[in-house]
Amino acid sequence: MNATTAEQASAPVTEDALRSVLLAGERPSRPGPVLTSLTFGWRALLKIKHVPEQLVDVTMFPIMFTLMFTYLFGGALAGSTQEYLQFLLPGILVQANVMITMNTGITLNTDIQKGVFDRFRSLPVWRPSPLVGALLGDLVRYSIGSAIVIMLGLVLGFRPEGGAVGVVLSVVLLLVFSFCLSWLWTMLSLILRTPNSVAGVSMMVMFPLTFVSNIFVDPKTMPGWMQAVIEVNPITHLATVVRGLMHGSVPAGEIGWVLVSSVLLVAVFGPITMVLYRNKK
Amino acid sequence: MGKLAIETRGLKKSFGKTHAVAGVDLAVSAGGVYGMLGPNGAGKTTTIRMLATLLRPDAGEAQVLGYDVVRDAQAVRSRVGLTGQFASVDEDLTGVENLLLLARLLGYSRRRGRRRAADLLDAFGLAEAADRQVKKYSGGMRRRIDIAASLVVTPELIFLDEPTTGLDPRSRNQVWEIVRGMVAEGATVLLTTQYLDEADQLADRIAVIDHGKVIAEGSSGELKASVGAGSLHVRLRAPEQRAEAERVLAGVLEVPAEPSADPAALSARISDPERVARALAELSRSGIDVTEFALGQPSLDEVFLTLTGHTAEETPEEDAA
Repeated sequence: MNATTAEQASAPVTEDALRSVLLAGERPSRPGPVLTSLTFGWRALLKIKHVPEQLVDVTMFPIMFTLMFTYLFGGALAGSTQEYLQFLLPGILVQANVMITMNTGITLNTDIQKGVFDRFRSLPVWRPSPLVGALLGDLVRYSIGSAIVIMLGLVLGFRPEGGAVGVVLSVVLLLVFSFCLSWLWTMLSLILRTPNSVAGVSMMVMFPLTFVSNIFVDPKTMPGWMQAVIEVNPITHLATVVRGLMHGSVPAGEIGWVLVSSVLLVAVFGPITMVLYRNKK
Repeated sequence: MGKLAIETRGLKKSFGKTHAVAGVDLAVSAGGVYGMLGPNGAGKTTTIRMLATLLRPDAGEAQVLGYDVVRDAQAVRSRVGLTGQFASVDEDLTGVENLLLLARLLGYSRRRGRRRAADLLDAFGLAEAADRQVKKYSGGMRRRIDIAASLVVTPELIFLDEPTTGLDPRSRNQVWEIVRGMVAEGATVLLTTQYLDEADQLADRIAVIDHGKVIAEGSSGELKASVGAGSLHVRLRAPEQRAEAERVLAGVLEVPAEPSADPAALSARISDPERVARALAELSRSGIDVTEFALGQPSLDEVFLTLTGHTAEETPEEDAA
């Protein structure tokens, strides 16, 4: 075994060496919230490096969804897959990102189970920084997911009239919204006991949230009550914004909607998360 | 001796109907090892989690290094180190990454943090495993990196929650050496354990905890003395003489002699050491050959049994950890 041979080879704990590390007595000044959050973000990136399998959800899911829905529905809904792709791709981008945010809660819950989180909670750092840092690390995951969807779209024939600027702007808004939505999952992961239950509950929220929206079809054909639900779903507004920006229009009112709902998400779930975090058993 | 590192009064914590900690009073002096001894579920871990500011007490007060664990939680956090089943390191990261992460969070620059991480890995005999993921470490290495992680900034007080549970004897000795080394440098260590010999070996003072309460406190010598003078162990050449020896000993010592698991041995709790010499003489007069004859202080096992009515290894049903 690798581990045992290394242990035998390693020098035993020596008193002198132990004394010197204990006597170092260095007390660096306490770092600020930005630095500690970024440091936790660095941890998230290290985890991606060591466990690249965790990128399956940001790579395979978006590819699968884009291909599946384009070719399943394209002919029936828009007459041709090419036509439908222009409508669907921005929506799929939204869905992929929103789906990926679920991972935040599952990761956090695993940390709690394994006891790493108690170590972080015992540190004299700005209290939300482990959570904020994890979410910052997730932004990298969202960016990877977005890049994959857009690239695949371009290959399949998606032509954004808004050009590179429109695409980049829409992705930025998407990242802002995803960051804010993630606080819902951090809250859930502090309430539920196991990563599995977090995944289960997240799915239950996620399916209606993304499907009962204008991501796949224009709501005009739907019954009135459902249109009403879709109208208040923040995902609908997000999809409208992303679609608009990518195709060269600037739906200012809708952008306002998205920003307001982002702020609301953090304002509601952020403080609840922090209270739960502080009183976690 | 000197100021108190930890002082608690009536500390309580319940989880639902379970009273995990039901009024704990502790006074721990600075310097040395203070042991909290008790079976699984006795409330040791819950107590440490409250002292380390991870859990808010339901009632009572606790001061750590002079700071209140609720009101001055950040001051406590910046002065204590924590190692236990509940405060571990990130298994996906390598040893050096874990220590560097903590060093950065505690304010070290990247360069000095790397230096500090390397020094710690050296001191704990983990230099060669520095770039390996912690999940690939052996049990002993894992425990050493856990302890190293709590020493990134030298703490004034170190909490060690069951530091040797599940370790082989060699790794356990290494952890003991580390604890002794830390104490030699003036650290205060609060250690929980369910192993009596560990408390006996390391701790200057011991609090015996059962069902969320401190049921006895003192040095290991004091705890043993509180149980009685000790016990007499006798081993016979011929096992078939044990019944007779039992009768002879009971007659002289005026306490019952108990047969041991060894078919040729028996032992008796004694209250008066004076009678022991007479017992030996009486055995030889009755023609019973004795191969071993030992007078020992009571073991902490016996202390625990006397204090609680059950042994330390027995696990009560409720799981209050």
